[in-house]
Amino acid sequence: MSTLQPVQDSAALEHEAHGHPQLGFVRKYIFSTDHKVIGIQFLITTLITMAVGGALALGVRWQLAFPWQSMPIAGGLFKQMGGQITPEFYTMLFTMHATVMIFLVIIPILAGAFGNFLIPLMIGADDMAFPKLNMMSYWFLWPAIACFGISFFVDGGPAAGWTSYPVLSALSEAAPGSGWAQTWWLLGVTFIGFSSMFGSINYLTTIINMRAPGMTLFRMPLTIWGMFITAILQAFALPVLTAAGFMLVADRLFGTCFFVPSGIVVNNAAPTVGGGQPLLWQHLFWFYSHPAVYIMLLPAMGMVSDMLSCMCRKPVFGYKPMVFSMSAIAGLGFTVWGHHMFTSGMNPALGMTFMISTIMIALPSAIKTFNWIGTIWGGRPQFNTVFLNSVAFVSMFIIGGLSGIFMASVPVDIYFHDTYFIVAHFHYILFGSTLFGVFGAIYFWFPKMFGRLMNDTLGKIHFALSFIGFNITFYPMHILGIAGMPRRYADPYIHPYLNHLMDMNRFMTMGALLMGFAQLLLWFNFFYSMFKGKKCGRNPWNANGLEWSAPSPPPHGNFEEIPIVYRGPYEYSSPFSGDKDYLMQTEYKPVDVRRQEAAIHDHSEGHDDNEQDDNEQDDNEQDDNEQDDNEHDES
Amino acid sequence: MKRFWVLFFLLVPIFGTGLFVVAPHYHWWFPYGNESASPIGQQIDGLFNLTLAITGLTFVATQLVLVWVLWKCAKATDTEGKATFVHGSHNLEAIWTIIPSGILLFIALVQLPVVANIRVKSRFPEGANLAPIAEVTARQFEWRIRYPSKESSASFKTEADVVDWLKNPRPDDLYAVNELHVPSGRPVQIRLRSGDTQHAFFVPELRVKQDAVPGLIIPVWFEIIDNKPYQTKFKGVSYEFLCAELCGWGHYKMKALLISQPEEEFEAFLDRLKEEQFFDGFAKHRTETK
Repeated sequence: MSTLQPVQDSAALEHEAHGHPQLGFVRKYIFSTDHKVIGIQFLITTLITMAVGGALALGVRWQLAFPWQSMPIAGGLFKQMGGQITPEFYTMLFTMHATVMIFLVIIPILAGAFGNFLIPLMIGADDMAFPKLNMMSYWFLWPAIACFGISFFVDGGPAAGWTSYPVLSALSEAAPGSGWAQTWWLLGVTFIGFSSMFGSINYLTTIINMRAPGMTLFRMPLTIWGMFITAILQAFALPVLTAAGFMLVADRLFGTCFFVPSGIVVNNAAPTVGGGQPLLWQHLFWFYSHPAVYIMLLPAMGMVSDMLSCMCRKPVFGYKPMVFSMSAIAGLGFTVWGHHMFTSGMNPALGMTFMISTIMIALPSAIKTFNWIGTIWGGRPQFNTVFLNSVAFVSMFIIGGLSGIFMASVPVDIYFHDTYFIVAHFHYILFGSTLFGVFGAIYFWFPKMFGRLMNDTLGKIHFALSFIGFNITFYPMHILGIAGMPRRYADPYIHPYLNHLMDMNRFMTMGALLMGFAQLLLWFNFFYSMFKGKKCGRNPWNANGLEWSAPSPPPHGNFEEIPIVYRGPYEYSSPFSGDKDYLMQTEYKPVDVRRQEAAIHDHSEGHDDNEQDDNEQDDNEQDDNEQDDNEHDES
Repeated sequence: MKRFWVLFFLLVPIFGTGLFVVAPHYHWWFPYGNESASPIGQQIDGLFNLTLAITGLTFVATQLVLVWVLWKCAKATDTEGKATFVHGSHNLEAIWTIIPSGILLFIALVQLPVVANIRVKSRFPEGANLAPIAEVTARQFEWRIRYPSKESSASFKTEADVVDWLKNPRPDDLYAVNELHVPSGRPVQIRLRSGDTQHAFFVPELRVKQDAVPGLIIPVWFEIIDNKPYQTKFKGVSYEFLCAELCGWGHYKMKALLISQPEEEFEAFLDRLKEEQFFDGFAKHRTETK
């Protein structure tokens, strides 16, 4: 599918010519190779795993609010303990909360759900480059879920944190949950790694090779840029985690000692033979896991840019700086992993270099924040659910980004490492930014997925309750960190200097319960609107992207005919769009008008050196388009 | 309704700064009052306050700009029309790239001397750059302290002597569990080890933290300038220390005390410990002749 030779036949017809007959229910909805079905499968699965991850977190919050007291409802699971959480169970709770949220919720919902659904539609392709690989990417999620599920029930669950540091995770005697549970956990991580890897290869190939005619790289929506850069991150970082995982499995099962030094005696077991270095695991693990946090952020950044631009009816402020900033975040993201290891005992010189690169990575994030504010400025937004969630992204990102500067500084991090200050920081980025961005994206693209609108009033209530609950739960964690409250503590209050913090923790748990139950509104809205939501047409938001020129929901093959792209995706309120305040990427305008468009575009971005290229491109398109000028559909 | 949402987002900077303003009054701040009992700890606090001032200002400014922009948007949609059709501004991009770069670079550079003072072995102060006061071994789920005897301490002339003592415990070493005594008013050094999994030596009031890594012996130095009441029970001032790296189910219960005492009291403590450890049932005067 070359972008240079637009084919005259319609994409759907061409697809039919492949000769596959009408598919049965199983091939169409269960083992489907259609990117849209796969995307929705990911979305529904992750909405369910989100509930599981959230429930685990509520267990953690219960213990911190009412230590050693019998849990309501779930206390029935621990009848022999009188309904109490044991310390071992507590370690499992926070380990699995993080594992589920990172590997089974955030990464699959961003890359698997939205990446899959949106990429071909937004670039004008009929499907992904490798549809069968795409199907495997979804189905590898289930062995991962199975492995994590099994690890729950074996030996009481993995107990080494999601960071799985050896020696705790390498020697089975080190913790009750370090037996088979840890091994199943490592297998789960391996399967989810395969799923991500398949997706990454697919997205890179599709975005590079299958863009519609006229869709140059700098006419791609920022969502696609976000997905593209994320796919590069995954491709380069994942293999390191997979290798580290195999090495740890080998340590556990085959008697190797990659991470285990000699002479260690844990729990009266025989001394280890050794020769390994625990720090090696930390380097390998964080080499992946730091880019992983950008994997969990960049797609949401791209989607929020698209949503803000559409909602505010004006172009994204600083499109190219936004692209370069995302690239800088990704590139620099490979050079900062040591900031998770400032107190680890690694060479202090390394600490200094990691500190400099980590502090500098705040810069592109700041640039992006200013550009988002610039996008909203001068806009005419409807204060609807999509807009509110996108603004929340920006507001919470400011907090999360600024708190990162404290822990980027080595001396300050010496105090804050492994305290609740860190927990506050990453929850403001992962939940406050990414997840609110995801909420907005669900409301925004739901009409394209299902041909119906979600209920906006319910959406606003969900937003308000989530926002309030979220801030009540996580903002005081900055204070807890300053007070020196360590992470992963089943009972911090036995330490006199932390005694007075119980009331604050109780208040935060109330916030967490509010936030947790608010999600019921989202699930209800989502599943109810799938069947009973108000029906809508192709473009309920009057948006510019290619996906809005396809039917809602798009058929197999996506577009009736291959779209031709004449401009970027952000020409809202353009002087050339007449009475409308949007100008779709596929809307044909004569060449002289397009030349004027290009001139204004470059001028208002502050430079006019691109005029030459745009004109040449227009001429090429003019030759191709002259034939179908008459047949061209203006929708 | 639109203006309701704008005010909703205004709650963020209001409560955000509000909590940080009232927190110290409710003692929701650094442990037991603000000032660290250690000079390096005070430097760390200084850097924290500097970062808090810069990020706090940035937080308030950007949040207020965001709210102001939203307010203008709400007003604009009261009337018909199109939005401002602009794609960006080279000048603004330059300004908001260069100024934050400068601020960030400043924050980074100002940290470097403190990092070096804490971590670089060649910059450990006199008295803390060779002989340790004690070897602290973290294990599931307690802290084991081993003090060198006075004879051993006197024999520490080179690093090799110290390593020999670390690797080969001597019969006259003195042991304790969960209670570490150090002399106050001068830099001291401990050597941190792990007996099994990873742990971390965390003394919140001194702002000291170092992971105890299996297989490694890590020197940690600090100096205590007592700023809390003296406790006759220990004849010193007590500071809590605890574990700060997940080490198993009992990670939360590795509660221990760091007692800082004037030099004479510290020596007296070591003598008492020796007496307790070596008392062989015979008359007291036999141990006193040492």
